[in-house]
Amino acid sequence: MSVFRALVRRELSAFFQGPTGFIIIAAVMFLIGLGFLVVLSGLNGEATPMPVTQVFYGTYFFWVILLLIAPVITMRSFAMERASGTYESLMTAPVGDWQVVLSKFAGALIFYMILWVPLLICSVVVRFYVGESAVLGLGTMFTSALGILMVGCLYMSIGCFASALTRNQAVAAVSGFALGAALFFTGFFSYFAGDRTDWLSQLARHISLANHMESFTRGVVDLGAIVFFLSLTGLFLYLTHKVVESRRWK
Amino acid sequence: MIDVQHLTKRYGQHVALDGVSFSVNAGEVVGFLGPNGAGKSTTMRILTTFMAATSGTARVGGDCVFEQPDRVRERIGYMPENNPLPLDLRVADYLGFRAELKRLAKRKTTGRVSEVMEQCGIEDVAKRFIGQLSRGYRQRVGMADALLAKPELIVLDEPTSGLDPNQVRSVRRLILELAGEHTVLISSHILSEIEMTCDRVVILHEGRLLASGALNDLMAKANASVIAEVQAPLPEVQQWAAELALGQAEVAGQPDGYVRCQFAGAIDGSARERVFAAANERGWPLRELSRRAPSLEDLFVSLTQEREEPQ
Repeated sequence: MSVFRALVRRELSAFFQGPTGFIIIAAVMFLIGLGFLVVLSGLNGEATPMPVTQVFYGTYFFWVILLLIAPVITMRSFAMERASGTYESLMTAPVGDWQVVLSKFAGALIFYMILWVPLLICSVVVRFYVGESAVLGLGTMFTSALGILMVGCLYMSIGCFASALTRNQAVAAVSGFALGAALFFTGFFSYFAGDRTDWLSQLARHISLANHMESFTRGVVDLGAIVFFLSLTGLFLYLTHKVVESRRWK
Repeated sequence: MIDVQHLTKRYGQHVALDGVSFSVNAGEVVGFLGPNGAGKSTTMRILTTFMAATSGTARVGGDCVFEQPDRVRERIGYMPENNPLPLDLRVADYLGFRAELKRLAKRKTTGRVSEVMEQCGIEDVAKRFIGQLSRGYRQRVGMADALLAKPELIVLDEPTSGLDPNQVRSVRRLILELAGEHTVLISSHILSEIEMTCDRVVILHEGRLLASGALNDLMAKANASVIAEVQAPLPEVQQWAAELALGQAEVAGQPDGYVRCQFAGAIDGSARERVFAAANERGWPLRELSRRAPSLEDLFVSLTQEREEPQ
């Protein structure tokens, strides 16, 4: 366990030893701020039946941040170690393949969650002014955070997988972005599905990240959505582990 | 300590290792010798569980590197080729991190880290970033990492490559210090490196095992040569050299009237005496007479010839 902790700490420290982590944080803060400005000007003086979290989500800044930033967070995880050769000393230390995969995933996920702290601060500011209303209840804040975490798990695992495939960070970022964007945009087929109940439409609704995320921001926790996110995360981590392991059967 | 049987590694069509077998006893310092691309690093990567062989078996301390990689990893300290290190960490922090990975007890970590730093002579750069260190220091950080967990087997891939002569000497001294307590496996393509530190050598060439054994025994098989420079007309010297019958003679005139002869082949302890006596007999001035120890190249030549002759 202490080995795992040391590995996660090393992952996190790598973000903050250089400028990388701070640049990502600055970019995300800017985008969150911009998104929030849009929300506030939209809300200005008007009553809204929707929770603020849902309004913010409706600006699509969330997806812009996620799709652009997630591959940047994970691109270095395996690719950089491979390029610099430290991968070899890491993998010959008494450390298991799973420990390495999970620690890289956990490090990326923790950093990803740190990125959303400004959003929490924005929400607290709004809460301070509107008071304890249905507009921004603790419940919707909590479920939104859960949604952000779930989507984060999925995208960090996709990014780790993309990074494990190459020793070039740019390739890792681009292929991670392509995978993530493809998954996200496939979800838009659910708009064509409408109310139809054939299996294809149901599948389209089920893989729509936007639908799942929207219900989280409304304050609804859908167990199906959680299972969906966690199982896909598991799948990508499993694939990452296979790639890491493959050096020993290639 | 190490037992390798019929190890073969293929990368697609390319055969990196071809049925290599050798063994190393506990406490020995063994040198892996061979030109670049001979399969030294590949063998080391297999032994340190970084990758698997296509076929064959390898055991470290009785544990198979394919089936029980975790137990093998706990036994080894490995410095990979080119000594890769994270440049964004401070020396002491990096060694602390490695100590955690190697499951050193927490309370012992600090003490052990300063111990290896002292042993490798890097205490004065403990607080510096690895990225700011010179190559010699980085090499010693890599070695400190390899020593950290007091492993039974230390594997160093080209520990002296890219170092200046002083640094080479200090690395060599460190390796000699390790000799008693650990089994050490070093690779190099420079014979003199291995000569000074190793009890035994394993010679690889194009993925095959050429020879293994005590270096002196192997060197005895290689052809030393004798060089003599005499002042005499070239045709006469050519005839004289042929009469001496000291293996193959290469005779070349020098611009200042001297003739340089290089005898390679049947060189024994009395060869120089015979050359001297023969030159004296003719009354030729002799300005150089020396024995050149066989180089790695000579050793390779004689070993590869020996291998091809029986066929």
